Amino acid sequence: MAERIPLSLHVPEPAVRPGGRPDFQYLSIPRAGAVRRPPVDVPAHEIHDLAYSIIRVLNREGEAVGPWDPGLGVEAMKAGLRAMLKTRAFDARMMMAQRQGKTSFYMPSTGEEAVACGFQTALEKGDMNFPTYRQQGLLIAQDWPLVDMMCQVFSNERDRLMGRQLPVLYSAKEAGFFSVSGNLTTQFVQAVGWAMASAISGDTRIAAAWVGEGSTAESDFHAALVFASVYRPPVILNVVNNQWAISAFQGIAGGESATFAARAHGYGIPSLRVDGNDFLAVHAASSWAAERARRNLGATLIEWVTYRAGAHSTSDDPSRYRPKEESDAWPLGDPIERLKNHLIALGAWSEERQTQLRAEIEDEVLAAAREAEGYGTLHDGPKPSSAAMFEGVYKEMPRHLREQRQEAGV
Amino acid sequence: MPRRTMVEAIRDALDVMMARDPRVVVFGEDVGYFGGVFRCTEGLQRKYGASRCFDAPISETGIIGVAVGMGAYGLRPVAEIQFADYMYPGYDQIVSEAARLRYRSAGEFTAPMVVRMPCGGGIFGGQTHSQSPEALFTHVAGLKTVIPSNPHDAKGLLIAAIEDDDPVIFLEPKRVYNGPFNGHHDQPIVPWARHPLGETPDGHYSIPLGQAAVRREGAAVTVLAYGTMVHVAEAAAEETGVDAEIIDLRSLVPLDVEAIERSVMKTGRCVILHEATRTSGFGAELSAQVQERCFHHLEAPILRVTGWDTPYPHAQEWDYFPGPDRVGRALRAVLED
Ligand SMILES: Cc1ncc(C[n+]2csc(CCOP(=O)(O)OP(=O)(O)O)c2C)c(N)n1
Ligand SMILES: [Mg+2]
Repeated sequence: MAERIPLSLHVPEPAVRPGGRPDFQYLSIPRAGAVRRPPVDVPAHEIHDLAYSIIRVLNREGEAVGPWDPGLGVEAMKAGLRAMLKTRAFDARMMMAQRQGKTSFYMPSTGEEAVACGFQTALEKGDMNFPTYRQQGLLIAQDWPLVDMMCQVFSNERDRLMGRQLPVLYSAKEAGFFSVSGNLTTQFVQAVGWAMASAISGDTRIAAAWVGEGSTAESDFHAALVFASVYRPPVILNVVNNQWAISAFQGIAGGESATFAARAHGYGIPSLRVDGNDFLAVHAASSWAAERARRNLGATLIEWVTYRAGAHSTSDDPSRYRPKEESDAWPLGDPIERLKNHLIALGAWSEERQTQLRAEIEDEVLAAAREAEGYGTLHDGPKPSSAAMFEGVYKEMPRHLREQRQEAGV
Repeated sequence: MPRRTMVEAIRDALDVMMARDPRVVVFGEDVGYFGGVFRCTEGLQRKYGASRCFDAPISETGIIGVAVGMGAYGLRPVAEIQFADYMYPGYDQIVSEAARLRYRSAGEFTAPMVVRMPCGGGIFGGQTHSQSPEALFTHVAGLKTVIPSNPHDAKGLLIAAIEDDDPVIFLEPKRVYNGPFNGHHDQPIVPWARHPLGETPDGHYSIPLGQAAVRREGAAVTVLAYGTMVHVAEAAAEETGVDAEIIDLRSLVPLDVEAIERSVMKTGRCVILHEATRTSGFGAELSAQVQERCFHHLEAPILRVTGWDTPYPHAQEWDYFPGPDRVGRALRAVLED
């Protein structure tokens, strides 16, 4: 009889906690340009290695190198830089507005701007994103009016969602931006359904699903993968791995045992793992996956390797669970700095122009905030109507709601 | 006697039970190192180790499903769902599994477990941080559903829930975590440190599930309430001067029907309060119970004051929340009949 040892439970722990020295040794980072670029019709099983590497284009010298270099023109790169700067300035302004009591809550995307801003460049009008709360860059990269977004954050009289939704849970159909749910991962599978509908209808539009690495634990993620595997609809399955899910490091979502990109392998879905702080790599990988979708080759999963540089939300204090310096030690750097350095290396940009652009954008954001505040903030000024609370529960207001509205006297 | 906030009282109950009973394990999203987004499990991982207090992946069906398995093995899992609004992915595990395991296996397997979840509105949390889903649990045979309104009860009820051999849903009205919020959102809140029900004895004590408490004695009308609405009822009675008897149900299943009967037979009038939406809410069950048991003593129709039948809005929070003015109007109305 073999001897039995007492069992014990494995509970993943991050390498360091507050007070410790930041340590990203768990992340092995290949040189920029090192990962091959297969043709878009490659069978999933021939690119399993791509789920365990990291596709990168921008190297430390600010050069674009390797087969994934999309050869993007200078103007397109400047537009990307502008979108990322604007997203960062927007977040900073809204964080401040929350601290000033102008709204209840906010969630920044600081440090992850390249993912949404870069991804949007691969989509066309008519395509549909099913975003999480941290993809404001999808809207900003399309020059969606900041005032409109701010009015939602302030829940004011001009809020297109009539004050009903928590700040940042935008909805903008015209911008291909599906109504964001507060319940995690529910929309990941809905994106698959939208893409199936496009295929059923013989349409040419594609969908993009979004989820954080922590939320891949939800069953809806796995349901999405099985449907995407079975019906091969035109959908891009985005997993934003920003290393943290509130206070839980990526190991609590299973990141110790396999990459999030590798989740696709069991379903036979082609999968890429990409440097999410490299605007050019984001653009290139998104375009690769979008082309697969448009050519009816089916779904692609992409894990974007990035870092949540800010707090989870205005209700969170990350210094309680991770070292304060961790963000500065993040080995993939800052997405804005990296694209800026590339443009400078090309001779198309300078520090002075960067400073000037940042100032211009900050002015633009401030002016937008002033305008939006003029339409009211959560506790001050014009508000959405109280009656709006009873509308839109159903297409036609049923009798019991009419009676309740009357009782409420609104 | 030591005073605790409701958060501290819950943490203390977990601490007391983890110290007494090695079968008690505590887990949920952000529950381990961080101590929970509302801090209810702070310090427990350090004290009892990571195999007894740990972070769970973001999967409510996983959290509740593994709790069923642990309970069946013989542990006493206490799972936290970060907000009641996020329990739906785990609902099948609660309804089809935890609630029925004893029955379908003829007692061979059971699921002694507690699922804690903050519920209720009042924090500008919008539709996904404000819901009161108690009726979705009380409707399920095999579950017990508990909802304290203050630190003293929270500790005693949570200990009783952990010691209970059946699955217990433990709803925590988050708006009263730090003080007895009475619906007057424009007034500063009294901290639990200055409220008699902030007094929570140290060590072990339990409050049996299924015993209501009379919060205020009165002769004119019985008010049935639980959670935050107990404090709203107190404010309304105070402000209207109506001689209301306020019953804090504390446990919805099992329900203290004797306490309800006793009071309504005395007052002949009844107003029922909850934050949850009205249609098929727990108030409908209470109203039916009162009608069935006290019909001949009733002098006026039973009234309900509840959340409106809409999703919980963000900006219109105080139009939605059934505050002391609405409750006060109902108290007056029920006396006019
Ligand atoms: C079903 C559900 N469970 C729990 C939550 C609470 N919650 C909100 S965000 C979050 C962390 C998500 O982390 P991740 O998926 O990594 O996304 P990130 O915030 O990093 O962008 C949690 C647990 C929720 N909103 N919905
Ligand atoms: Mg994350």
